[in-house]
Amino acid sequence: MRAGLGGVMDEELKNLKAELSKHGVFTTTFEELYNWGRKNSVWPLTFGLACCAIEMIATTMARYDLARFGAEVFRASPRQADLIIVSGTVTKKMAPQVVRLYNQMPEPKYVIAMGACAISGGPFRDGYNVLKGIDRYIPVDVHIPGCPPRPEALIDAFMTLQKKIDAQQLTGEDRPRHLKEDLPSEFPVPEYGEHDLEPPNNAEVWNPLKVIQK
Amino acid sequence: MSPETANLEEIVAQVPPARGVVEPLPPVNAEGEQLLEISMGPHHPSTHGVFRMNVVLEGEQVVRLKPVFGYLHRNHEKIAENAAYLAAIPYTDRLDYLCSMTNNWGYALAVEKLAGIGVPERAEYIRVIVAELTRLQNHASLIGFLMQDMGMSGTPLMYAFREREKILDLFESLSGARMMCNYMRFGGVRVDTSAEWLRQVRELNGEFPRFLDEFESLLAGNEILMGRAQGVGVLSPELAVSSGASGPMLRASGVNYDVRKVDGYGVYDRFSFRVPLGDHGDVYDRYMMRVLEMRESVKILEQAVRDIPAGPIMDPKARLRGLRPKAGEAYGRIESPKGELGFYLISDGTGNPYRYRVRPPSLINLTVLEDMCLGRGVADVVVILGSVDIVLGEVDR
Amino acid sequence: MRAEPITAEQVKAAIEAAVPGCRVQVLANASPSGQHSLILDHEHAAEAARFLRDDPTLRLDYCSNATGVDWLDSELSEKVKVKKLVDGAETEVEEVRKTKVPGYLEAVYHLYSVEKKHGPVIVRMRTGDRKEDVHLPSLTGVWRSAEFQEREIFDLYGVIFDGHPDLRRLLMWDEFKDYPMRKDYVPPADDDDLVGAERSGG
Repeated sequence: MRAGLGGVMDEELKNLKAELSKHGVFTTTFEELYNWGRKNSVWPLTFGLACCAIEMIATTMARYDLARFGAEVFRASPRQADLIIVSGTVTKKMAPQVVRLYNQMPEPKYVIAMGACAISGGPFRDGYNVLKGIDRYIPVDVHIPGCPPRPEALIDAFMTLQKKIDAQQLTGEDRPRHLKEDLPSEFPVPEYGEHDLEPPNNAEVWNPLKVIQK
Repeated sequence: MSPETANLEEIVAQVPPARGVVEPLPPVNAEGEQLLEISMGPHHPSTHGVFRMNVVLEGEQVVRLKPVFGYLHRNHEKIAENAAYLAAIPYTDRLDYLCSMTNNWGYALAVEKLAGIGVPERAEYIRVIVAELTRLQNHASLIGFLMQDMGMSGTPLMYAFREREKILDLFESLSGARMMCNYMRFGGVRVDTSAEWLRQVRELNGEFPRFLDEFESLLAGNEILMGRAQGVGVLSPELAVSSGASGPMLRASGVNYDVRKVDGYGVYDRFSFRVPLGDHGDVYDRYMMRVLEMRESVKILEQAVRDIPAGPIMDPKARLRGLRPKAGEAYGRIESPKGELGFYLISDGTGNPYRYRVRPPSLINLTVLEDMCLGRGVADVVVILGSVDIVLGEVDR
Repeated sequence: MRAEPITAEQVKAAIEAAVPGCRVQVLANASPSGQHSLILDHEHAAEAARFLRDDPTLRLDYCSNATGVDWLDSELSEKVKVKKLVDGAETEVEEVRKTKVPGYLEAVYHLYSVEKKHGPVIVRMRTGDRKEDVHLPSLTGVWRSAEFQEREIFDLYGVIFDGHPDLRRLLMWDEFKDYPMRKDYVPPADDDDLVGAERSGG
């Protein structure tokens, strides 16, 4: 997995580390330490849209206790948040605000699309004011289906995100978006049009399903 | 002039007219101070969702407050008009997403009126049980959220959600879902309750007063609550009636109007319970209404679980799929935890409603938000809004 | 406990006695709900509404629900027997006669009395057509609860309420041009990402 070192080297390194730790010597890499710190202190934005937000609140309460994952600190300001949980139906009237909030968050930042509505419009897909998936405007890291997803599902999404953060490399070609200077960290905010949002999607982000003729 | 009409004119004079925004406020007041316009929301920790208020301040005081809606307008009515009658039930779950059971009931009641469907007695009792459980968890959560707005952080909410989870477990074992129960049908309910389930309700109901005592001993005399709530956001009974306020908000102003008593829908006329009334119409009274209503709900639950008869849970004549009521219209309403929830349906004889309208108590209770907030500070606006008890899924639909 | 229901006919008679010149029409409802309604004319609607609110026996002080309905142009076809000359002899022939009924927009108000605990009394107003003549008098001055609900009808149906203090769109944004709850509204074609099973480009 790690670039620069071959698979054999990786295996040897792992064995060496395990051997050293038996003798009370703890070794790590800067990358591991950095990712370990980041993945255990993800601060979500206090941002609820609809039904899913209630399940998100339930997840932070005593029974499900999101604090076990270092994520109990919900911040009301996007400037202090690492994660935006898009919890509920994004309407066309709300979409510009969601994109703006995402833009205001500092890098590295992550997005969880919680529930069917945030993924695709869900049961409200037929609505004239319903955005058919938030991934039309901002990149999404983890999708969780459900209407609404149970708190356990949100916890699972959280652990998936932690794994994703843990696997990110600080150097090399495969480094994440926020470490590539030529890639954007802000995305254009759509505007209210006469019949629809303008533009209806951001072609640079959105990767729609297409019919492939064979 | 008869004394009756004199009294009436007094009542009418008590209601201030609706204010427009046709004339812009001057940027500078008479003392040469500038007015400050702030936009609270749609992303704001205190707005209970994606609600927005445009507030104009003179110093600390609110001189204008205009709510902006529609950030969660997900076209519930349009979708329901394009779907069969049955298909709208899961959408009603998502109206006021804390209280799916009562939403189901409001819609089922309207369709039953429209198509002339009866409901078996056992189903009526089950409806009362799930509706009162819904009221318990809604009011408990609301108090938790209100306390959070007052700066008590998440602790009261933790207590409330502890109880809420117990009720959600009951809903889940009955209907299969925690929040979106999709439980009621025209002419009855979807699945029957077991004796074990009823025993669990009885047990929860027996313990609930202890939670209420605990909650109240922590809150009722609390210095923060009294300081922030008493005398804040006063709503006169005349204005409350004229503005269509309903539910605990109307009764906190001292108006005795509870649809459960007035219409006696379902089997509510068989239970003995009281309608608590407020005296001042302020935030504290609205808080107190919720506490007292929970105690009355506990009483209703006690009687309903005791008296529930055996029998069928669905009217044998009711048709769920392919229901085609004959052309006509009906308005059905219930007392949901938020207030008067109404459904207005017009049938043109086809399989889907020609017009489907939800009368949202949360939206109409906000009509007087500006009147309650004028002259107060921004911090009070947060508390006043919290005491109205809105859910955006229902405000914007 | 519950008050005696008042019939639509009684309310019609009371309005016509109190508001001279007011034309009230009873609209019968065939559904089992039996909720009949009253159609008010535009000129006297506000006065009639004020009477309904203030009359000591009616006291309909609570406007619970106000909403719009869109009725499209429709065609009424009825079978008529016509005498015609067929082969020189006069015989009765059945013929289908079609009449065009122009569409209109409608505002419906559900009124209750908090004081007397009765209701609902349903009043409605109709516009001339669906394009030009879409004005109705606002009843916000009578019941404050109509304020947001009339704004919603304006937003979703395009009925213009004369005399409303603050007639702006309620749910959609101000730049929006359509009236989405009308029956002939066509939503923007943005539902286009479900046309296949494979994602392009991995």
